[in-house]
Amino acid sequence: MTIKGKAFIAGVYEHPTRKAEGIPIAQIHAEVARGALDDAGLTLQDVDAYYCAGDAPGLGGLSIAEYLGIQPRHIDTTETGGSSYIVHVNHAAQAIAAGKCKVALITLAGKPRTGGAQPGRAPLAIQPPDAPFEAPFKPSVLNIYAMCARRHMHEFGTTSEQLAWIKVAASEHAQHNPHAMLKSVVTVEEVVNSPLVADPLHRLDCCIISDGGGALVVVAPEIAAQLKRPKVSVMGAGEAIKHNNGGEIDITYSAGRWSSAKAFEEAGVTPDDIKYVSVYDSFTITVLMQLEDLGFCAKGDGGRFVADGNLISGVGKLPFNTDGGGLCNNHPGNRGGMTKVIEAVRQLRGEAHPAVQVSNCDIALAHGTGGFLGTRHGSATLIMERS
Amino acid sequence: MANTNDAFSADIALEPYWTAARDGRLLFKHCRACDRPHYYPRPLCPFCMSADTDWREASGDGTIYSWSVERRASPPFAIAFVKLAEGPTLMTAIVDADLDNISVDQKVTLKFEERNDTPVPVFTPAS
Ligand SMILES: [Zn+2]
Repeated sequence: MTIKGKAFIAGVYEHPTRKAEGIPIAQIHAEVARGALDDAGLTLQDVDAYYCAGDAPGLGGLSIAEYLGIQPRHIDTTETGGSSYIVHVNHAAQAIAAGKCKVALITLAGKPRTGGAQPGRAPLAIQPPDAPFEAPFKPSVLNIYAMCARRHMHEFGTTSEQLAWIKVAASEHAQHNPHAMLKSVVTVEEVVNSPLVADPLHRLDCCIISDGGGALVVVAPEIAAQLKRPKVSVMGAGEAIKHNNGGEIDITYSAGRWSSAKAFEEAGVTPDDIKYVSVYDSFTITVLMQLEDLGFCAKGDGGRFVADGNLISGVGKLPFNTDGGGLCNNHPGNRGGMTKVIEAVRQLRGEAHPAVQVSNCDIALAHGTGGFLGTRHGSATLIMERS
Repeated sequence: MANTNDAFSADIALEPYWTAARDGRLLFKHCRACDRPHYYPRPLCPFCMSADTDWREASGDGTIYSWSVERRASPPFAIAFVKLAEGPTLMTAIVDADLDNISVDQKVTLKFEERNDTPVPVFTPAS
């Protein structure tokens, strides 16, 4: 079974808040649900499938379904960190293709900025099996991703200046986004001269921490045919996970190598066909490694590929994260997958900011990584087409 | 994060590991069925699921696979992946080192440090 052409992304919504003081997470889930359904031209009564991940409080999908007032006949709360929402699009498309549902709602909300949640993960009720062998050494998103960068530099000669170009490109895009947390354009020099936070990553190699949320509505073809908005179809998707494999590790690549291979195969296209890419950007190194793993350049060539503005819309060959991404715009719940799909849909509809809109954007890719790139993570790749 | 003590007191399979750690010895697991070592240690081999695994002692020699210094911490500290001479790579800390002079492929030597009243394996630059 393939999902190609069997599901459409009919509605998207990114919450405008970046600081949700006094607003509970459940309310943000509801506001983004309404926003995405309004965007699609659908109502809550049309929803027959619901998807959410570890950011949903209480009993997760059960608690938020109750708060929203929906009675889904299909529910999926797959949790792969920030890549969950791209996995959810894949699963929703599969469920729609199998006739299990027709209108799938996917929501995300998080408050790491004002809510005090730990970056990158929900509080853990039960200690994971790796904890006695890792926790004493104080691993964090920052130092784990930093070790990926260090090893990449060692094996391939990647430089801090090359990584900095990724932040520069994101900032060039963010200046046009009125909701972006960081709207100032930065230079390579400013990035590499910002303080080292975890060698070799500098402060400006890091994403922002913001409150907020987003939602997607995925529908069956017969529903999409009745709607007025520009149509974006699912061409292919892939998901994979990678972990430390009993101590046989190689942290220079991600599970994106495997998820993207499946997505490209299902879509029947190659990286050369992709006009725009949304790629998770917790840190600059995250982008660089994933672009290699997605096949936009050879492993080890990422540094040369991202340099000199190659990711800047209207300047380079592969425009990325034209909303400013997690590096400058928004990173709700410390989870990137949702906003990645939303900006890709804007590009395919021709509704990105005119200054960053990619001309003739017919095929786009959204890719996420959730968890920790250097230890255990989930990758998901989604290829979409304007139809 | 919960105290590491909680885990080891509740996990019978790991008792030999912590007993050795208190003697300053680092154990890893080796599978008799597929002849592969693994770390962190599990009763069922993560490569073939055999329960026929036994403990082996690391020589204490290793090389740094990757590292980072968390500069904002007070005091700054170094986290690393160290590849043991016996094969497996583990997450650890680099201690008693000049934090501005750590490098990939650097030779390091095992020692134990108490963290949360638990002896854990850390590494120092080899002399
Ligand atoms: Zn085995």
